[in-house]
Amino acid sequence: MQLASGAVQSIDWTAIAPPVITALGALAVLVADLFLPAGRKRTLHGIGLAALLLAGLSLLPLLAGDRETFCLNSGTHSCSYVADRFTLVIQFLVLGGALLTALLSIGPAEDRQLPTGEYWFLLLSSVAGAALLPASRDLATLVVALEVASLPAFALVGLRRGERRSAEAALKFFLSSVTATAVTLLGVSFVYAATGTLHLVDVARGLDHADPQLAVLARTGVVLTLVGFAFKTAAVPFHFWVPDAYVGAPLPIAGYLSVVGKAVGFTGLILVTVQAFPGYSEVWGPALAVLAALTMTAGNAAALRQRPDRPQSAVRLLAWSSVGQAGYLLVPLAAAGYADDPGHAIGATVAYALMYAAVNLGAFAVAALVARTSPANRIEDYRGLYARRPAAALALAFFLLCLAGLPPGIIGLFAKVTVFSAAVDAGLGWLAAVMAVNVVIALYYYLKWTAVLFRPAPATEPRPATGPGRTPAPLAAAIGLAAAIGVALSGAPQLVLRFAAGALL
Amino acid sequence: MQILLAAILALPLVGAVAALLPAPPGLKGRSPEQAVLRHGVTVTGAVLVLAVALAAGFDRHHPGRMQATTDVGWIPALGIRLHLGVDGVSLPLLVLTALLTFLCALHAYARTPEGPSPKAYVALLLLLEGGTLASFAVLDLVLFFLAFETVLTPMYFLIARWGGAERERAAWRFILYTVLGSVVMLLGLLLIGVKGGTFDMVALATDNGSGLSHSTQLIAALAIGTGLAVKAPLWPLHSWLPDAHTAAPTTGSVLLAGVLLKMGTYGFVRIVLPITPDGAHTFAPYLAAFAAVGIVYGSLYCLALALPSPGRHPSTKRSALPLSFGAGGDLKRLIAYSSIGHMGFVLLGIATLTPTGVNAALFANIAHGLITGLLFFLVGAVKDRYGSSDLDSLSGHTGAALYGRAPRLGGLLAFGAVASLGLPGLAGFWGEMLAMFASFRPADGLSRPAYLVFMTLAGLGTLLTAGYLLIVVRRVCMGGNGERQVPHPLPALPDLRRYEFAAFSPLVVLTVLAGLWPAALLGLSDPAVKQLLGGGI
Repeated sequence: MQLASGAVQSIDWTAIAPPVITALGALAVLVADLFLPAGRKRTLHGIGLAALLLAGLSLLPLLAGDRETFCLNSGTHSCSYVADRFTLVIQFLVLGGALLTALLSIGPAEDRQLPTGEYWFLLLSSVAGAALLPASRDLATLVVALEVASLPAFALVGLRRGERRSAEAALKFFLSSVTATAVTLLGVSFVYAATGTLHLVDVARGLDHADPQLAVLARTGVVLTLVGFAFKTAAVPFHFWVPDAYVGAPLPIAGYLSVVGKAVGFTGLILVTVQAFPGYSEVWGPALAVLAALTMTAGNAAALRQRPDRPQSAVRLLAWSSVGQAGYLLVPLAAAGYADDPGHAIGATVAYALMYAAVNLGAFAVAALVARTSPANRIEDYRGLYARRPAAALALAFFLLCLAGLPPGIIGLFAKVTVFSAAVDAGLGWLAAVMAVNVVIALYYYLKWTAVLFRPAPATEPRPATGPGRTPAPLAAAIGLAAAIGVALSGAPQLVLRFAAGALL
Repeated sequence: MQILLAAILALPLVGAVAALLPAPPGLKGRSPEQAVLRHGVTVTGAVLVLAVALAAGFDRHHPGRMQATTDVGWIPALGIRLHLGVDGVSLPLLVLTALLTFLCALHAYARTPEGPSPKAYVALLLLLEGGTLASFAVLDLVLFFLAFETVLTPMYFLIARWGGAERERAAWRFILYTVLGSVVMLLGLLLIGVKGGTFDMVALATDNGSGLSHSTQLIAALAIGTGLAVKAPLWPLHSWLPDAHTAAPTTGSVLLAGVLLKMGTYGFVRIVLPITPDGAHTFAPYLAAFAAVGIVYGSLYCLALALPSPGRHPSTKRSALPLSFGAGGDLKRLIAYSSIGHMGFVLLGIATLTPTGVNAALFANIAHGLITGLLFFLVGAVKDRYGSSDLDSLSGHTGAALYGRAPRLGGLLAFGAVASLGLPGLAGFWGEMLAMFASFRPADGLSRPAYLVFMTLAGLGTLLTAGYLLIVVRRVCMGGNGERQVPHPLPALPDLRRYEFAAFSPLVVLTVLAGLWPAALLGLSDPAVKQLLGGGI
């Protein structure tokens, strides 16, 4: 890059504060872990949570207006780091999601003898990458951010010591992810060859005026670049790693992957498609539409086939349903390829992602709670949850209905309405129809699970005499926070849906 | 007025949440169950009082105008506004809903429903009421969809948790059918919203389709119509209904038939006819044809159910069993199928696209709510006494002899049956007669010969209806040759209990009133209908 070529650059530290604070927090945890005696590892939780909260607070000063930094001193003056509304919303999502994950992890990290220091270091590193990604506006930074977010995630998936499945899932995840990254890099290099620049805005301009002889190269580059990001979103046909990784990973990490991991992929896709390749919308628009249809159908069909008595069926169902939800998230993105104002359409994705982040992490939080008493985490184990823990059961029912899009999960319903209207607006009637069928399929398994919660527990199975036990405070806080967000959004959907109305990029 | 309407919508929802919380001191009652059931009666009673007050304050001289309107922005991002209001079309439905829910709550209070905790039961009942009332009072397309969906979850749980045999399957069928329909409807609503630029029903109805291209109207009318037809239900899309009604608990059946089906037909009148007139005009003959087939189909099916049928279903062969669980001749199923026929009249009236037809449809809507609600209550009462509602096992070889054993119950059942078959002077008569009358002279541009055929079919349907209902009365109310010939001594049957009397009598009184004084209802709906059909002004 040409950062050093001109005069000394002034760096806008306020603008880059969110990822930087998170990264510093990661380092602080790592160093503190070395010096803390084994009995006082709990302090690490404090450091980690403080870093996330501080990073979240550092978003506040940025609300005042758009900021840019790491800009070229000459030529087009394009910037590599932009903190605009889009960046802030995604960073908020990432940090909020990470905070909920962190609250989930405080209990299990101790229960399962996960190494606390490493766990926090890896989590915060990954969050730093995920927070950097929405702000990065050149292909190199984008790929670096993507890798910073992904690499620690592989380690997190394989963190359960002595678990063969955990290691296997991590390896699967790693291999397929690295392949996708390699493909992306190849694509980026093609695009660079065709346009001579890495900045997204300049790439867009460059592709419009590209040498006709390089058209094939440019086109190939565009497609290959998209492949890598499609992998992160777990879109078909790159979705096979999902269930294994989710089941093998510690439960909070599965939740983290389903929300923040997806947000990373979508942010990348949005930036690449809308900012860098707007001229190729006739390529990626239909491709994403087909991808969306396939992804939601494959995910929902697989989720439908989960048997409730199989071990880990709850997590498996959430994993497959998250593939289905990824399909919905892709719909407005595909619609952006057809719309005159693509920035408008992607707002629907952002709004949906915010809703999905809160309720999906909430569902994972309740799953983590149930996993404490029934480690197999079958859907069968949720029978009679309402009798044992009414609050948790009601919360899970609410989360599942939000995911299904049925009242009283009003926000889920309106998020789906937004996505539908983006599709109808773009004239993608067939995609809307496919999604309609998928919503019904998804409703079946979500509602089935919800119904299980209220069924009386099987009398034959002896319950532990000690009773359900106390809910650990961080876990209760995570469930409560997610439920509060869901209820607040159901009352005032405008809070997230306004992103669907205004242009974000 | 506005506050009244808003309170009618908010009260059940607040009440539903409150039902889940522990009762406050002073309202604990005899037991937690009793307290929460009483809570249900109190809230639904308050809603009914408010609804009656709203009806009393309604300006009867201008029933075509939206009254008690509230219009507040809710989600500016999607252009969704909390736009509420009632006119002559929605007011009767609103009051009917409040009344039936109150009666159901009363019924549940006196006779605790069999199943899990009454707490959840009351909460679901109130949520159901809130959703139904909202769907009749909102004037925003997306809010209508929201209200339409709100009723699904409570109804699903009411059937699946408190229902009878095969309840799980029936509940699934109900919700999957309806959701598939309503998602298709959502696409149509969004298409209107995107092309028409607003979701406001009043504004769109005033435009009367002028802002929408012909093809948009066709697609939107087809999509919305399909969703509503599933709910109504229209003949080929009806197959969820008999199972759901049969499996649902008594109060569930009453509300399902009494008010939930009306949401479908109300949607046709409120959305399809005024907002997409071209689409409605194109699809009206098909709607009418399906409706006419539905009338005949429903009544033929009922006839088959009503007739004694040795060997028709295997359970009768094992007649040593006192109860046969073959759903063959189930009374609840029979009334469910009769609903398909009655709703066929409603849809036929709508499909004529004339003010007479639509008025007839709205009248028949209310009449069907009252009469079928009453019939489901009565069948529930019969089932309580006999332990079964299977017609064959009820009547045995000679007849159930309800007249002799429980005269008041038998009399009411006979009353419900003749009201349902459309005896002049009772509520069932006017709607069906006017619907046939309207299809004698459908709106301009619709094929008259086709409608004459539909009218003939509908007429045939009324004959068949009279036939099967009289057979039912014969088999259930009358008895054969006295109790001597019955091999085992019949247990004594308690006649109408006090709470049953309280729950049934309002429906009886209103059925008679609506039959004798139809102008009260028609006068309300007629100006509103003319306005909806004529494009607002």
